[in-house]
Amino acid sequence: MIEQKVVDPHFMLFEAKREKKFITGSEVVKEAIKRANVDMAISYPITPQSESMHLVGDIYAEGYLKDYYRGENEFAVMSAASGAAMGGVRVFTATGGPGTMRAFEMFPTWSGSRLPIVCAFMTRGINSPLTIQPDTIEMSFLLDTGMLMFHAEAGQDLFDMLLKAFIIAEKTEVHVPIGVFIDGFFVTHTRESIEITPEDMKLPAYDPYSAPVPVMDMENVPIRQIRDPFVMKSNFVSYAAHASWQQEIQAAAERSRKYIHQYLGGLVEVENEGADIMIVASGTAVSQSREAVAMAKKEGINVGLIKVKVVRPFPTEEIRSLTKNAKAVIVPEFNIVGWLCREIKTRIDNNEKVMGGPRVYGGMTMPPELILAEIRRCAK
Amino acid sequence: MELKKVTNYQVLPGPEGFLPPSAASMGIDLPGKDMSLIEGREVLEEEAMQKIAEKLLGAKNPVFFPGPQILWTWKEGVEEKAALIKQMADAVGAKIIPIPNHPNLTIWHNKIDVCVFVGVHCHYANVALKIIRGGSNCYTIALCGVAGHEDAMITLREAGVPSYKRLLEIINEKKGVSK
Repeated sequence: MIEQKVVDPHFMLFEAKREKKFITGSEVVKEAIKRANVDMAISYPITPQSESMHLVGDIYAEGYLKDYYRGENEFAVMSAASGAAMGGVRVFTATGGPGTMRAFEMFPTWSGSRLPIVCAFMTRGINSPLTIQPDTIEMSFLLDTGMLMFHAEAGQDLFDMLLKAFIIAEKTEVHVPIGVFIDGFFVTHTRESIEITPEDMKLPAYDPYSAPVPVMDMENVPIRQIRDPFVMKSNFVSYAAHASWQQEIQAAAERSRKYIHQYLGGLVEVENEGADIMIVASGTAVSQSREAVAMAKKEGINVGLIKVKVVRPFPTEEIRSLTKNAKAVIVPEFNIVGWLCREIKTRIDNNEKVMGGPRVYGGMTMPPELILAEIRRCAK
Repeated sequence: MELKKVTNYQVLPGPEGFLPPSAASMGIDLPGKDMSLIEGREVLEEEAMQKIAEKLLGAKNPVFFPGPQILWTWKEGVEEKAALIKQMADAVGAKIIPIPNHPNLTIWHNKIDVCVFVGVHCHYANVALKIIRGGSNCYTIALCGVAGHEDAMITLREAGVPSYKRLLEIINEKKGVSK
């Protein structure tokens, strides 16, 4: 283990000289967590996530984490992560696909309990017959859990988003979990050149007293409210408390926007703003779209690209503004339901111009030519 | 690109409908550094303190709701904060009720027209402040030690001993003027 010094997060992330490493997405997780001053990680294997948490186990063995163990299943892991975070430590875990579904009950519980857990989701299909292949459908189910959701395009995003997620999640007025999503296999199991921060630097430790709720103590007011009439009775005040509580979780997501701007440079990135045709995509669909945009430009078609980096909170105003004058909006996705298309359609005016697709799923790749064909069709 | 939210929403005393929204969802942002909010509008801390003093001195039944971070904490400076809260309450003739489980029942039963949240953990303060705005016409004030509360009618942020001292000073000045 290399001796690490705590540094100012802004210095570490934006100013410190970075080193290039040719590594896989799974190794990116290891490198980010090594620098995140994580107290505890809990794991359960599921493809394509297993290698990431295995590698986090390795850095635990080297002394970078205070505690690490393998849970009985994903529900147990997410429950244990909840207990650890309530106890006041910084927690990391990861899962994907069916693991996400098995653990599902705990995600809104994390948000409701204001736990700043960071969880990496290496997305994969969840259907029967069993698939282990890449698919982003699990993100559709997680949209309304109260968790903030960052979608990394590739390994560099994954490294930066993981570290920045801890900083944003732990702000007192935010203090909700953040899921960092990465398309399984396409990123977790491919190697690319990543610029990583110095190995001898780490984030400051989590301050449990910055939480907007007391560190867990069942006898301390107001945590005692969990078993007191405020919450547990069937009366108007109890219902009002629950309603206000849910609103507060959504309010926390709203408050995260300014920190997302500060650390991620915004919820979206745009290329060729104001084009007649705009593509809106997230995750690896962005990389494929970028290729398609370059091909379309060679054919003289005026097309732009909006990369959605943050799905919760949703960049509603950004997408409204950036697609306002577009004649067509194309939304390529790696899932059958088209959740990103649905999100956009419910938020912009003149939504008949939003083309849902192309979509691939079940592990299929998305050739840029598929997106180009849609661009050509819209350009006619 | 960072788009500035445009909102006409004001954080005013209720009762505000059957279920009022959170102010954050209506486009109200927390105050910036050294700033405060009056009814959702960002102002200098001094202006907010002047308004707090006016509201407290003009109230029929003002009440301070101190929370766990004042009542049951042994952190440095808490004792001094507690003493200053007691002095403020005495100066404006306010009662002190430890943060209640049922905020609006407490407000209704005690006919509280102005209340001050202080030392309540932010999540619980926000939950309670929305309930109060929904079910009562009480004017809510938050002396927040962290980032502030959009759901209070007036909120300070990062309020510590110096802010408490200045607020007490303003209260006493205003009392002198009114005498």
